This record gives sequence, C-alpha cells and structure tokens, in this order.
Amino acid sequence: MVALARKTEVEPAGVSVSARGVDHGFVLHGDYLPVLQDVSFEAGPGEFVALLGPSGCGKSTLLRLVAGLDRPRAGSLTVDGAEVTGPDPSRVVVFQDPTLYPWRTVWRNAALGLEARGLLKQNRGRVDDALALVGLQEFAEAYPHQLSGGMAQRASLARALVNDPKLLILDEPLGKLDSLTRLTMQGELTRLWQQRGFTVLMVTHDVEEALLLANRVIVFSDRPARIHADLAVDLPFPRHRDHPELLRLRREALGLLGLARDW
Amino acid sequence: MTAIAEAGPADRPGPLLADGDRRPHSLGLLVVAGFLWLALAGLVLLWPDAQEVERTRLLGVLAGVFGIAQLAAWGGSRLLTPLARAGHFAPWLIVLALWLAIWEIVTAKLDLLPLPFFPSPQAFVEVYTDDWRKLGDSLLASLWLLLRGFVVGAAVGFSVGVALGWSRRVGYWIHPVMRLVGPLPATAWLPLAFFIFPTSASASTFLIALATAFPVTVLTWSGVAGVQAAYYDVARTLGASQRFLVFKVAIPAALPHVFVGLFMGLGSSFAVLVVAEMLGVKSGLGWYLQWAQGWAAYANMYGALLVMALMCSTLITVLFKLRDRLLAWQKGLVKW
Repeated sequence: MVALARKTEVEPAGVSVSARGVDHGFVLHGDYLPVLQDVSFEAGPGEFVALLGPSGCGKSTLLRLVAGLDRPRAGSLTVDGAEVTGPDPSRVVVFQDPTLYPWRTVWRNAALGLEARGLLKQNRGRVDDALALVGLQEFAEAYPHQLSGGMAQRASLARALVNDPKLLILDEPLGKLDSLTRLTMQGELTRLWQQRGFTVLMVTHDVEEALLLANRVIVFSDRPARIHADLAVDLPFPRHRDHPELLRLRREALGLLGLARDW
Repeated sequence: MTAIAEAGPADRPGPLLADGDRRPHSLGLLVVAGFLWLALAGLVLLWPDAQEVERTRLLGVLAGVFGIAQLAAWGGSRLLTPLARAGHFAPWLIVLALWLAIWEIVTAKLDLLPLPFFPSPQAFVEVYTDDWRKLGDSLLASLWLLLRGFVVGAAVGFSVGVALGWSRRVGYWIHPVMRLVGPLPATAWLPLAFFIFPTSASASTFLIALATAFPVTVLTWSGVAGVQAAYYDVARTLGASQRFLVFKVAIPAALPHVFVGLFMGLGSSFAVLVVAEMLGVKSGLGWYLQWAQGWAAYANMYGALLVMALMCSTLITVLFKLRDRLLAWQKGLVKW
C-alpha cells in the first residue's frame, strides 16, 4: 500500500481525455436512435470529472466509447492525444454491477487483468496490495456469492486498481449500494483518487454524489445527450454535504436538470 | 443416496442425547435388523427346500454373518462412533430381510412361483459364485467400450459446442447439420454403422460417441452463448486476448451447462451401449443378458441387471463428484 502510494508521487499517473463532436446512436427496430449528439469536453490529467444526467440519457454509452468498448459514429475521442481505437488496460472501467466472475475467488478476480496480460507471476504482491487498499485482504479466498453488495463492489474496484490505471472510468459504481455503504465508499474513492493521482470519469445521476467527489460536473440533457453545463467545484477535500457553496451548486445543477421547483 | 434415513430424525431434537452425540435415532433398530437377518438365516438353513436348488447353505451362512455384523456394529458403536452410521440403514435392512424371507418362502421353500422365470435367492447367489468370471469379463468389456465412446463423444461435443457458441462462421456450417442429425437417435445408425466400420467395436464406439456428443454439444453451445456480455467487457478492458476470453471467461462460465450435457450424454450412452451389445458386439453386459435369455437362465439375467445397475449408478456418481469438485463455487448444487 505504501509502495503504491509512493510510486504515484514520483510520476503523475493521470491522462488527459478529450472528446470532440462525438455522435453515437443505435439502430432499434429499423429506426436510428440518437444517443449522443455533438458531445465535446476535456478532462485534464488527474482531474475528477462527473458526468451528471437523467437516467438513460446516454452517459454510460459515452463511457463505453472512452473505454474503447464501442467506436463512435462520428467525432473523435483521444486520450493523451492518441485516438481511442480499442480497450486498453490503462483505462479501466468499474461497472454499476460488480460483474465478478462467480467461479473465481476474490483474489483471482482481482488478479484478472494481470493474468490476462501474462504479468501475474511477477506481480502477485500487487493483488494483495490492492485487496488491502479496499479492505478485503481477509476475504481473498471467498467466492463472490459469499460477499455483500458493498464488498463485491470493493472487490471490483480492487480488480481495477491492480492495473495501475491512468484513467478510471466509473459507471454509477455506487448506484446499487445501500446509503450507508455508499457514504463510506464515496470517502474511499476520494482517498484513492488523491493517493494515486489518476484521472477519473464518473457517470452518476446523483447530484450530491457528483458535487461531493468531483472537480468538475458536466451536466447532460435528456436523450439524445448534449452537454448542458460544465460546473467547476472548487472546494477542498474532505467536503461536507451542508457547505453553502455545495448547496448553491446543488440548486444550480438541479435547475439545469429541470428539477429546481420540486425542491 | 444415504440421505433418506437421515431426513426424518434430523428434524426432531433428541431429548436424551448429549451435545455432539450425532448417533442416528434409528440405531436401536439395528438390533431388530440383526435378529431379523439371523432369523432369515435360520429359515434358509432349517426349512427344507421344495425346489431343487444349490447354494442354500451359502445363502444361510451369508445372511447369518450379515446379521451378526449388524449386531456387532450396534454393540461396537458405543466404542467406535463411525460404526453408528450403520444405524442410518437399519430401516432398510429390516425391509430387505423381510423381502428376502418372503422371496425365499414362495420360491425355494414352497415352490409357488413358476420356474425358470422366478428363481430363488440361492439361484441368484449361484450366478455370482459360479459365473463370476464371465460376468466380470462382460463388465470390463462394457466399461471399456463405454469409456472410449463417452470420452470421444464428450470431447467432440464440447469442442463443437464451444465453436458454435463462439464463432458465427462455424455456426453457419454446423448448426443446420446438427439440427438435422442431432435429434436422430444414435441407435438408428446401428445397421449402417455395423456395415461401414471394420469392426463391431469401432462401430459401437462411434454410436456411443454420437449419442453422447449431441446433448453435450447443445448444452455447451447454449452455455457459451448465454455468457453475460458484461463478463467479456470486463476482461476486454483489462487487456484480455481472444484466447483468454474463450478459455478463461466463456468456458468456465459455461461449465454448469456442460455438466448437464455430460449427465444427459452419459444417460443416452448407457442406452446405446446395451443395444449395441445386444445386436452386434460379442461381449459386454448387454451381450451377457442376450446370452442368458437364449439359455432361459433368468437368474443370470437378474444377476447381470444388478451388476449393470451398479455400474451405471457408480458412473453417474463419479460424474457428480467431479462436478462438485469443479463447480464448488456454485450455490445450491443438487446432491446425488
């Protein structure tokens, strides 16, 4: 754990992400369904950017494009200036569901990326470190069906961190957790991000979560998703939910989502 | 299999048993069973036979020894707790003793049932004492044939199933063939197979492999095709190659389905084995059954049927044990 932290102090680990005029959509029952329309944004190295928008607006599609799992129909996506053409272990996704492999123990799940790239033998210690980082070292030999929802999500976070990502792509990673586990995990995410210095892109539909964790909050419209606003959250960590600036930003974000009057 | 006797007493708390005393409640019944088997021995040895039968003494002695063994297990269970496990079988042992007594009376002792269709228990014993060599050879021949056919069929079915689930191009060519040929019972190929193949052994290996391969192919295929897309996404973002996706994601995820296919394949391989041995192969338990029928040796047929049942049951058990080992990560596995 200490070794990992020290390493990131030497070299800044984050990459810059840039989207220019990205269009994407799906063909559904013969009709074209636009999902993303002319999306452009920049995320600097080491920034924590939250993508906020109503459910089903296409934010997750954007993350899949950044991860390289799908290619955009138009526009360009670059990471550190290089076009994204496919998945790469330096850009790791944490999905809404932990999607741990049920036939592997927690340890072997966390080791997945190293094993896939043939690096496991020399780097077994990194798996142990990552499990310790998320507090699961005692559950290394447990199977996923023996874990609670929060533990499973932590295991999937460890699976991502083992690969020393330069970009962490989070697709509503806390969406299905109970509110107490969620609060703890929010704190842990901030701590890991500060310690490791990677760039984070996080999709969420929770306004408060976006404002608590991110440097910048990009607000999307309903489908097809377009960028509505780009809010800078210039507050030190750890943040408090009832900070007046945070409350003001919350009202502004809710207003942009068309919900101001309900509160 | 052993769970039957456990089910009842396990629900009720034993008021007089100390903590940690896991002796079954039916342990006391073991005394009843032991004396019943001794009584059976007396019945066999002392009541003169009405039928002309051999091995009456051997049957009586076996029953007596078995009865004494049960009494010894009951007595010894106080010192050696593993012996108490015999208590689980006590109700079964009682029923078996009663059934054997009735069987013995209506055949050997009173000659009420027509021969040769209903042989006595001692005639049954005689099959094993006098014909064990031929029975043993038949068992080995059947096992060897089954093993060859099943292994070939399972390997082919598994490979084709993975290829079908993975590659659209393979699917284009194999899917129509499989749909047409797969549902055809393997036994329908029998006349053709014995004609085409140089030996009856290779012909029946082919038939058993065919019967095994179809269910294994279909279940492996549906297992691989049904793997969650998210599992692949995870591996792809972590830098997995195609090879890794097949061998470390698709196949392990499909394994529960594969075992259902292997189980079904083993079942249909038994059916084909017996038919092939009855119609073409000159060895094996199926052949033995056919041979015994030709001589109207009904006791031998019953004896061979019992051996066959034990063989099939043991093979299924072995398959389930293998599955339990490989799929230990699954919740709620059915215990065989």
